[in-house]
Amino acid sequence: MNFFMILLSAMLVNNYVFVRFLGICPFLGVSKKTSTAVGMGVAVTFVLVMSSALSWLLDLLLITLKLEFLRTIIFILVIATFVQFVEAFLKKTNRTLYEALGIYLPLITTNCIILGIALLNSTSKYSFLEAIFNALGAGLGFLLALIIFSGIRERLELYDVPKPFQNLPISMITASIMSLAFTGFQGMIK
Amino acid sequence: MSSRWKEVTKGIISENPTYVQVLGMCPTLATTTSAENGLGMGLAATAVLIMSNVVISAIRKTVPEKVRIPIFITVIATLVTIVDLLMHAYIYDLWKTLGLFIPLITVNCIIMGRAEAYASKNGIVDSLLDGLGMGLGFTLSLTLLGSIRELLGNGTIFGIKVWGKAFNMFVMILPPGAFLTLGLLAALFATISIKKNEKAKKKANQQQAQKAGEQ
Repeated sequence: MNFFMILLSAMLVNNYVFVRFLGICPFLGVSKKTSTAVGMGVAVTFVLVMSSALSWLLDLLLITLKLEFLRTIIFILVIATFVQFVEAFLKKTNRTLYEALGIYLPLITTNCIILGIALLNSTSKYSFLEAIFNALGAGLGFLLALIIFSGIRERLELYDVPKPFQNLPISMITASIMSLAFTGFQGMIK
Repeated sequence: MSSRWKEVTKGIISENPTYVQVLGMCPTLATTTSAENGLGMGLAATAVLIMSNVVISAIRKTVPEKVRIPIFITVIATLVTIVDLLMHAYIYDLWKTLGLFIPLITVNCIIMGRAEAYASKNGIVDSLLDGLGMGLGFTLSLTLLGSIRELLGNGTIFGIKVWGKAFNMFVMILPPGAFLTLGLLAALFATISIKKNEKAKKKANQQQAQKAGEQ
């Protein structure tokens, strides 16, 4: 399969947030302001690509050892370790970026999009490069969804929403309409 | 005894993980295409939640404070793998429909949240009841959401036909329907709690007025 198609499919056609429901918690949690949404999206994309590469290599080892049932445990440990490593590395080398991301870095561990992509890569038997492109597409799709959604939420703050619909319900209905737009891409790529 | 009973019921209504605490949104939205799938996902998560609460409560005194999160995650991932393999062996069809979302129970915030907020601070029996209550609350929310989506999208509940095809709105089974139904249900729950608060306030005001009158 074409790498570009995988990228496009992960980003738009099968957008992981709106079509496959991965990473909904940070999607709802950090989408109140566009600036934090961008920081979160970029951090997630970076961790996604790196941890996908790492877990692809480890998956190869697990398959040769016939220990496939350990996938979930190994992958989550890899992700947790990697996130810690990125945090320590950024703290030492790039202070400004570290401070900009702040609390969102450790939270990435429990973002189900990361573990989800690592597991999907191994179950759909992607090659190394395909796995990287899938992860990149998923990350960019997540970033796109966050930017659009936070933009809408910033505007919603200014409007008089009926009391029962404030916060979560109105966000959900907004997400529903956005998801409807994303289903429009369906059928473009099989 | 009554306080123990409260540990169970708080998860179902007053601290409902889905509508009140807004935790574990990914499986809530993704697996509720039918009532049966919602129930299955809820029960799988409940099993993991009860076991993880018990194990974490049992080891809470030996685990050093600084490395507790990685240890909790390892415990949860192990339990999830057990549930995953059991479901693969005994309920293959459900395992296949839920697919990716069974291993993803590992990163479900409800489980980590209860481990961190409750099981790491309380005894084994209390933690077990807390896990049971939260799990039941989660299961009920998922079943409710799944039933509504299945009814509106397919005209059935648990596969039993309610009305004919003419009323079906296919979009309710697609992703937008998940967001929409959850949004409307959350609004309904918010309306109920607002009404309750107003009533409580009115009562308090009346009592105050009565007291003032007596004086």
